[in-house]
Amino acid sequence: MPIDRAAVDHVARLARLDLSEQERRRMSDELGKILEHAERIQALALDGVEPTSHAVAIRNVMRPDEARPSLTQEEALSNAPVAEGGRFSVPRILEEEE
Amino acid sequence: MTELPYVAATELAALLDAGDISAVELTETLRARVEHLDDKLHLFLKRTDERALSDARAADARRSSGDRLSLFDGVPIGYKDIFVTRGVPTTCGSRILEGWVPPFDATVVERCSRAGLPILGKLNMDEFAMGSSTENSAFGPSKNPWNLKTVPGGSSGASAALVAAGGAPWAWGTETGGSVRQPASLCGVVGVKPTYGLVSRYGMIAFASSLDQAGPLSRTVKDSAALLTIAAGHDPLDSTSIPQAAPDYLEGIDRGIAGMRIGIVKEIESGDGMQPGVGERVQEAYQRLEKLGASIEEVSLPSFEYGISAYYLIAPAEASSNLARYDGVRYGLRSSDGSDVGAMMARTRAEGFGDEVKRRIMLGTYALSAGYYDAYYGKAQRVRTLITRDLERAYASVDLIACPTSPTTAFKLGERTNDPLAMYLSDVFTVPVNLAGNAAISVPCGVSADDGLPVGLQLIAKSLDEATMFRAAYAFEQDLGWIDSPEGRPPL
Repeated sequence: MPIDRAAVDHVARLARLDLSEQERRRMSDELGKILEHAERIQALALDGVEPTSHAVAIRNVMRPDEARPSLTQEEALSNAPVAEGGRFSVPRILEEEE
Repeated sequence: MTELPYVAATELAALLDAGDISAVELTETLRARVEHLDDKLHLFLKRTDERALSDARAADARRSSGDRLSLFDGVPIGYKDIFVTRGVPTTCGSRILEGWVPPFDATVVERCSRAGLPILGKLNMDEFAMGSSTENSAFGPSKNPWNLKTVPGGSSGASAALVAAGGAPWAWGTETGGSVRQPASLCGVVGVKPTYGLVSRYGMIAFASSLDQAGPLSRTVKDSAALLTIAAGHDPLDSTSIPQAAPDYLEGIDRGIAGMRIGIVKEIESGDGMQPGVGERVQEAYQRLEKLGASIEEVSLPSFEYGISAYYLIAPAEASSNLARYDGVRYGLRSSDGSDVGAMMARTRAEGFGDEVKRRIMLGTYALSAGYYDAYYGKAQRVRTLITRDLERAYASVDLIACPTSPTTAFKLGERTNDPLAMYLSDVFTVPVNLAGNAAISVPCGVSADDGLPVGLQLIAKSLDEATMFRAAYAFEQDLGWIDSPEGRPPL
């Protein structure tokens, strides 16, 4: 069953993907088919089965809170599409006040 | 003597030690071979010929002064373009990272460099490792050296094809749901998925962090064991790295399999989307294992068939979170379109990601969104527990589980690109192993009678029991003798 269009629009917004009209139509169809296959797990008796989030049971791993060498500011900024004054630069975030 | 491009790394090490060849000579030979192959197969996203040669010269200098870095000092290697390499452009097969020059090395790369392995370059892959054919690479597909009209498998398809065609004795790939084993099977080489946490994920571009694991590809079992030995073991830079040292996987590899108990899976029937020629070869492989002294018994893994369903909820969910970092701010592509920061990000992602990556981000975001979390992601995690339990139950009576790696041989380019679900089903026998975290290997068992293309046998071991897995794969490979015969080489 296709995913309805409102759900596709909502999820695209959550995922910050500016999809074209054609992509949205295809998504609704394709996601529906994949989820239909995934629905097979609804038939399993899963009550009382613990979820596994990770194959290895490792608890929080801590290291001593000590300063260590890391990338320099220059290295960290070296791949930035736009950098200015030692910082990453982005388009306007806040609306200008009227 | 076997032509140099087809000599195994373990044998090259001996030739280098004896002074019969130099690392420069070897690197030059492979470079010429790669030149020839790359035209036909489209394997490399970035070649590092100059660097490979200077690495080789350094290796020769070390050897002549008697202080080689390792047995394999001077044996070249290729890396799937998912491994971050300092100073060498890394794209992960995506436009969104085009032009990115990493400021650090992945732990796998760092450890191999410390062992003296010259780097040949960065290998093509499905974008962000999402795919089973390399057709999702933003830079065009790679081809299978056995038949140029077919795919090499994926996502580590170019790594498998390179090794199969004699472009390098070994290469690194990565797995999330079978991306090393499946291309190894389709290209007729060995591919290993180590136990989750055995090899550091530091500097391996993340797809689904609870499943991702690096794995070797090579023509021989011993070479994969040797390469895994170089890179495995605890890394403080990866918090999910198992906190223990790894053994030398070559040790005891030739002890044979007399008395070993090997399970074959009751639920895997011929039919069921399985190519008849694949079924035949794999049945022969079971008989060969028995002939070599193993006992074969049936095991039941009833939850295996739910692996794909669970995987295609869990992996996209984790991917949708991991890929949130590509926002046009710190690295990679930025769209010139977008009046404010939100619009810029949404445009950047729309322009930079390919169809399959968008599909999985959407699927994952949907599965995690309010109202669906329990029904999809939560349930899938419970299925993961069932699969793990099934395997644990089976290992009470057997040492290894054997099954096909892939239900089919290499399929035609374009055949599955319009049907995402058909593509996903390529991984039906590999995905459950990633969900459970166990170790597994694909080892060639000859070609299918119906199309002449390679078939892979999968051997699934207990977690951290790589030694048993390598021992069985090696005994099988030696007895079959295919990889060392002319039939074991693609016609290229």
